[in-house]
Amino acid sequence: MSSTGITRATLVKDLQLEWRSKDAINSMLFFSLLVVVIFSFSFDPTAEESRRIAGGLVWVAFLFAAVVALNQTWARELRNQVLDAYRVSPAPANSLFLAKAIGNFIFVAVLEALMTPLFIVFYNLRAIGPAYQLLLVAVLGTWALVVNGTFFAAMSLRTRSREIMLPLLLFPISIPALLAMVEATRSILTGEFSAKFWIVLLVAYDVVFTMASLFLFELVLHAE
Amino acid sequence: MKITFPILAVLTALLLGYGLYQALVVAPTEQTMGDVQRIFYYHVPSAWAAGLLFFVNFIASIVYLWRRNSKADAVALAAAEVGVIFCTIVLVTGPIWARPVWGIWWTWDLRLTLTLVLWLIFVSYLVLRRFSSSGQTPVIAAVLSIFGTLDIPLVYFSIWFFRTQHPQPVMGNGGSIDPRMLHAFFVNLIAFTCLGVLICWARYRVEILHRQLEETQALESLLEARGSR
Amino acid sequence: MSYLYAAYIATWAIHVGYLTYLLRRYKRLRAEINDLERR
Repeated sequence: MSSTGITRATLVKDLQLEWRSKDAINSMLFFSLLVVVIFSFSFDPTAEESRRIAGGLVWVAFLFAAVVALNQTWARELRNQVLDAYRVSPAPANSLFLAKAIGNFIFVAVLEALMTPLFIVFYNLRAIGPAYQLLLVAVLGTWALVVNGTFFAAMSLRTRSREIMLPLLLFPISIPALLAMVEATRSILTGEFSAKFWIVLLVAYDVVFTMASLFLFELVLHAE
Repeated sequence: MKITFPILAVLTALLLGYGLYQALVVAPTEQTMGDVQRIFYYHVPSAWAAGLLFFVNFIASIVYLWRRNSKADAVALAAAEVGVIFCTIVLVTGPIWARPVWGIWWTWDLRLTLTLVLWLIFVSYLVLRRFSSSGQTPVIAAVLSIFGTLDIPLVYFSIWFFRTQHPQPVMGNGGSIDPRMLHAFFVNLIAFTCLGVLICWARYRVEILHRQLEETQALESLLEARGSR
Repeated sequence: MSYLYAAYIATWAIHVGYLTYLLRRYKRLRAEINDLERR
């Protein structure tokens, strides 16, 4: 089986398992809703201000939701010793990683798609700049979080306090991507600046870390 | 090897003493900032030493992944830990300098923010090493070091552009530099580099000793288990 | 100018503190290794 075939097969299996049990996604959905509500209570700006700070709020909320989703990335594999089976199989480690990362991406994207309308409603948001760019920022930004998050989740598997280790490793390294996401969103919503540089930075970030993850995942898989 | 360490220690002490004298006595007082500016002679060389040590960590991590030499791993750990110490000093002296001069403790300017992010990345590296209970911790830590180092140019550019869009007065030294100031600066630069190397070497030796002890203990318990049967 | 002294003292305090920690650890490790070797 080709490596893309393996990736697709693993991805489909994950999605099917998730769809059938729906346990993770339901709790995640409710958690995301709670995050939006809490943030709306805590930061209650006027309409003008809300456009300036919405970028930061939205992405921090997405970040927390993503961490909750990422933490259970490898939980199923651990429970059933699937990782050991993967280590001895001839399947390339990359395929497993890519499948997991894409699965997480879909997962987090669904959460974001559900949280965004709520934010728009609670904060009366309206984009002054080119709104289509927001979609681009969302895709690039989410991938940036997910690709590193999936990788660090694998690295955290054999650590004490696994759940806190993932955000602890992820947040510092994600800082440039987070800054880019927040600033790009702010630029687009307020229409004050062009978001082009931030989008280019996100592309560069995604390329660098996707390649690094694909290159180094084999080492991490065999290191557990 | 055995005598190099004490020699380096004495040399470092001498350089540091000379550097202190240069910084506090010989270097002229700065026009705009006054005597507080002398913090510069400790702040910047510490930043340089930290950067150097983090670079050493990066190289040692790559060497480890390539050769699986456990000594390289010990160097990586030592360099990261001592690097964080120097980085902490930069983050402490920075605000102490900023407060009397610019009236604020902190600002998200390029250099301070970059230093903070660097500090965060390498502290997370140290936490990973402390909390990882796998026998393959060195591999995972080395991979994290590579990720962290790859991140640094991205951090730099993101903050740089952010500052270009939202400019602020730069917390720099400004103006021309008196040659006596330059001299004091370079003496302290070399002194702190030697200090960094010295402490890192000391930490490395402690680490080697620690691993020796663990191996001996493991062997001991194995032999005891065999013997008691 | 207390700021200047605060900065310099802080620098040295951190270095001395860390070196003390290293020295204590070194002594403890040496003692334990010698202990094991004797046994």
